[in-house]
Amino acid sequence: MSDPTTQPPLASASSASARRTPKETQAQVARSLRRRYWAERRFRFYGLAAVLLGIAFVVFLFGTIFLKGASTFRQSYIKVEVFYDPAVIDPASTRNPDDIRGADFQAVVRAGMRQLFPQVEGRKDVRDLARLISSGAAYDLRARVLDDPRLIGQRETQWLLASDDVDMLMKGRIARGTAEEPGPLNPNQLAWFDQLRQSDALELRFNETFFTHGDSREPEQAGVWGAVMGSLFTLALTLLLSFPIGVAAAIYLEEFAHKNRWTDLIEVNINNLAAVPSIVFGLLGLAVFIGFFGLPRSAPLVGALVLTLLTLPTIIIASRAALKGVPPSIREAALGMGASRIQMVTHHVLPLAMPGMLTGTIIGMARALGETAPLLMIGMVAFIVDVPKSFTDPATVLPVQVFLWSDSPERAFVERTSGAIIVLLGFLVIMNATAVVLRNKFERRW
Amino acid sequence: MTPAALLVVLVGLSLVAYVLGKSRALATVGGNRGIRNLHSLPSYYGALTALWCAIPALVVLGAWVAFQDTIIIKLVTSHMPASVQALPASQLGLVINDVHNVVAGNVSFENARPEIRAAAQEYLELRSISRYALTALVLAIGIVGIVLVRTRISPQFRARNAVERMVEWALIGCSLIAVLTTVGIILSVAFEAARFFGKVPWYHFIFGLEWSPQTAIRADQVGSSGSFGAVPLFAGTALISGIAMLIAVPIGLFSAIYLAEYAHRRFRAWTKPFLEVLAGIPTVVYGFFAALTVGPMLRGWGESIGLPVASESALAAGLVMGIMIVPFVSSLADDMITAVPQSLRDGAYALGATKSETIKQVVVRAALPGIVGGVLLAISRAIGETMIVVMAAGLAANLTANPFEAVTTVTVQIVTLLVGDQEFDSPKTLAAFALGLVLFLVTLGLNILALHIVKKYREQYE
Amino acid sequence: MDSSTVEPKREAAAALSPDAGVNVKPSGRRAAAVEEDSLVLRGEVQTVGTVTVSDPLFHCEDVNVYYGEKHAIKHVSIDIGRGQVLAMIGPSGCGKSTFLRCLNRMNDTIAGARVTGAIVLDGQDIHDKKQDVVQLRARVGMVFQKPNPFPKSIYDNVAYGPRIHGLAADRVELDEIVHTSLRRAGLWEEVKDRLSHPGTSLSGGQQQRLCIARTIAVNPEVILMDEPCSALDPIATAKIEDLIDELRATYAIVIVTHSMQQAARVSQRTAYFHLGDLIEVGETDRIFTNPRHRLTEDYITGRFG
Repeated sequence: MSDPTTQPPLASASSASARRTPKETQAQVARSLRRRYWAERRFRFYGLAAVLLGIAFVVFLFGTIFLKGASTFRQSYIKVEVFYDPAVIDPASTRNPDDIRGADFQAVVRAGMRQLFPQVEGRKDVRDLARLISSGAAYDLRARVLDDPRLIGQRETQWLLASDDVDMLMKGRIARGTAEEPGPLNPNQLAWFDQLRQSDALELRFNETFFTHGDSREPEQAGVWGAVMGSLFTLALTLLLSFPIGVAAAIYLEEFAHKNRWTDLIEVNINNLAAVPSIVFGLLGLAVFIGFFGLPRSAPLVGALVLTLLTLPTIIIASRAALKGVPPSIREAALGMGASRIQMVTHHVLPLAMPGMLTGTIIGMARALGETAPLLMIGMVAFIVDVPKSFTDPATVLPVQVFLWSDSPERAFVERTSGAIIVLLGFLVIMNATAVVLRNKFERRW
Repeated sequence: MTPAALLVVLVGLSLVAYVLGKSRALATVGGNRGIRNLHSLPSYYGALTALWCAIPALVVLGAWVAFQDTIIIKLVTSHMPASVQALPASQLGLVINDVHNVVAGNVSFENARPEIRAAAQEYLELRSISRYALTALVLAIGIVGIVLVRTRISPQFRARNAVERMVEWALIGCSLIAVLTTVGIILSVAFEAARFFGKVPWYHFIFGLEWSPQTAIRADQVGSSGSFGAVPLFAGTALISGIAMLIAVPIGLFSAIYLAEYAHRRFRAWTKPFLEVLAGIPTVVYGFFAALTVGPMLRGWGESIGLPVASESALAAGLVMGIMIVPFVSSLADDMITAVPQSLRDGAYALGATKSETIKQVVVRAALPGIVGGVLLAISRAIGETMIVVMAAGLAANLTANPFEAVTTVTVQIVTLLVGDQEFDSPKTLAAFALGLVLFLVTLGLNILALHIVKKYREQYE
Repeated sequence: MDSSTVEPKREAAAALSPDAGVNVKPSGRRAAAVEEDSLVLRGEVQTVGTVTVSDPLFHCEDVNVYYGEKHAIKHVSIDIGRGQVLAMIGPSGCGKSTFLRCLNRMNDTIAGARVTGAIVLDGQDIHDKKQDVVQLRARVGMVFQKPNPFPKSIYDNVAYGPRIHGLAADRVELDEIVHTSLRRAGLWEEVKDRLSHPGTSLSGGQQQRLCIARTIAVNPEVILMDEPCSALDPIATAKIEDLIDELRATYAIVIVTHSMQQAARVSQRTAYFHLGDLIEVGETDRIFTNPRHRLTEDYITGRFG
């Protein structure tokens, strides 16, 4: 202090520190500052680094997936002059669909390709040439002819689906290969490839197949539509089951149940279920729904039952929170008017809690949409080409499709997998955005 | 009538019941003008009638459909040739499967073997009898229900209370599903696991060091198909979860601290949802990312510095799993940190503590129980996580602590053992349930402990 | 009542004659009160009584605090002396706690809070860029309304300050600081056998004395107390009040209190706040026996509060 005489005497000064005057203490504090502010900055830096690292992960993850997957939405097609040769398609001129179905449309494709490269001779070379086109192209042509048999005997220009190797080369995902390290295309095919490109007969066009077809062993013919429909069936049923049950359970626990050991048990149980690994629910589904009740494997029905049990805790917890948010005064007012408890709930509490419940349900559904492991357990992991048409048809769902494709060795499936992930994420974004909008629109402050 | 058609008819019948009940109630008091004399609103009388018409009938319908097939199959098999009946259970199952296929039209009648054809014929006959009986029974029950309620309707009859009691029971039923799920999990998993331990001694499973379920020597010899020592799986799970926690806890905790205590409001508003995106990404996407991006990347780095890294290394799976858990840790830690009362922070500031000193020694210290609870929940999550490890960790049951080698985990093995064709009785399949039991018990223990700690912590500052 | 002068707040007001003991306005007491009321409404209140002391530790001049739009403290000027207890009284929401929190810049932690004016501690403005807030708070300790021991042991609670500031060279010295602080806070006899128990295990009054010990351990010059007894029972309150009386010998103490009796018992000077204005300052005996401002009188006689 500036004037030591005004300093009051220190009481019972026995220890070193107590003898220390405030002035000395302050000097000591000042000496410590440098070190401490450095520690402060370092700590703060760690925090910022953690946040930035997290953001970097998000960017990196999405970046790689979009880089790998964006090209899925365009696909290589080759322009071919197709001649629907009656001698090949319908030699007996019966116009019978069964005969047409059995016809060798590959030969039509081959003929079309040979017309592009008339100089190609020899069985092997012709076969190599035809391999530039996907085997799916023949099916597409067959479908066209079955649709309109008058095409037989006619010529038309068609963009035919190229094979996955051509597609990958087109997109620059594989190397052309060298003499020592040959790529998937041989030198002849590479030459044809270049010729096609120069004559603008090979180009990337919108990939319709991806959005209209089911699974396939051939990457260029594989699509997500089957999985999307499977997911749709599964989720629709899950929603139908879990929303009413979850809301009913929440209403009982929040509005009717008396607080006792029994309801405590239910509550602890629900909280625990929310944290049980999803694969355990798959084991339950396998043992109970398939093993015990004998329901069909791979069916959206069983998937939905498992996902219902999986999402119930989430929906119940969210619904209870929504019910808790309704002020007691509203309940008292309703009961005071002579309403029964059920009327009080259905007329007054439920409408007010509904936005919160819906938000929770959508979030639960979004989780269910991304869930994979339990569905593997109940056999929704099969290779299914057909698009499912009912709840009991064998089906797969989007995340399982991602899993299946990611396991495939073909280079082109990496792209497909990323494409399927983009579709999956697209659905999730829509669902979560709906939940956010719902919450913002109906959120009430009491 | 098929059960589905019957269901539709039943719904129609209960609509009729509703109208009948309502009109009856109005009739007892002389139409709309006497409505005040009714105890409940007329619609309650209608609803009660409809419920009594539908519910008993539905119960019977459900039970009938559930057991019809089993009973018919029993009858059909009892009429099959003795040679077929003498077959072992697994082969008999195949025969029954054939019958089912013929009945469902998957296999045409002409192509089936004669005994199968006969059985299918019998099956169809029995089923049609059963359906007639069911239709008659269900409709009778529905009509009896209507009549019973209708005769009891009087102005004093408390229809509303009766309906509400039924609704309340329905609500209770729904809340019991959660409990039933737990019971179902325990029963199904424990039952199959018990059968496994009947074939493989439990100490072998818990303490055995070798895991190779695939090497069946002779299928009919009990317990000889491979060895089921699960220690390598437990070790692999622990290794990957450990790596994940090493990533997730510091990043999650530090980002929670930064966002809660340091970040500008605007920065927080932008970055928080960004990080929460990580929590919404399906695990299969992380698995793909780990297997196709992180795994090869790590191997490439390893090669460049001369370190052998397996392409399915524990590190890749653990790293990505850690990223997945970051938002989980950080949102829990954020909750816990914001729950610490401002007065504690003020106390530290008033002593001249810097912000980081306050956070490290007071805030985090106060929030520690909650944070520990959150970390336990995160560990439980890491242990139970399936897709990342299925896609990015290997199948090789190596007993190693080297993160650059491939290890396998409990969940990977459950998936591998159960996906694809399987016999329900082989120790290989049952082993999956034994692993499931271990997984369930461990995560359940962690969850109960963690939720208890977190609850206690929340109560402390409420 | 020795030097009962009015300290004019503004330059403009300084021109007014400072000779009148009660009020600068040359009118009767009643009229003056009316005048003051309207002045209160306009936010141009002049503090009655002596705001200065001969050797001030704190010298505050024209201090304003805003919480966002709200003007919480309006043009307050006051000196705080050494070796004495200044009590700040007033009805709830009058800004006395807010003003207290200015003195060690605890308002920094509140988002949207803004302080203007000069608060000079020992010749240095505490808002000066050169003034380090950590250092300031080590000099100006604070005890809060609700006891807030850290979730640590009793020993660690007291040792916290010395540890972060590096005041103890070794364990022996730290022990000494802790013991001395606990002794001076009058808590030693009660806790000497359970220093490792958590601080939260103590009773409310003991916790508050622990918080005082924690503050003393840093060896501050000023201790700010924000209604330190409001959460305590009468016996615990009496102990704290005795403690304040003892500590006065060593530290300057500023105490905010709701209880006029407490202010009368423990303080030598009293400041009366009303709606963010500092209405009257003076010797405690004088304020309580002969308040000059009508608002002070109304408050002290219990007409509102």
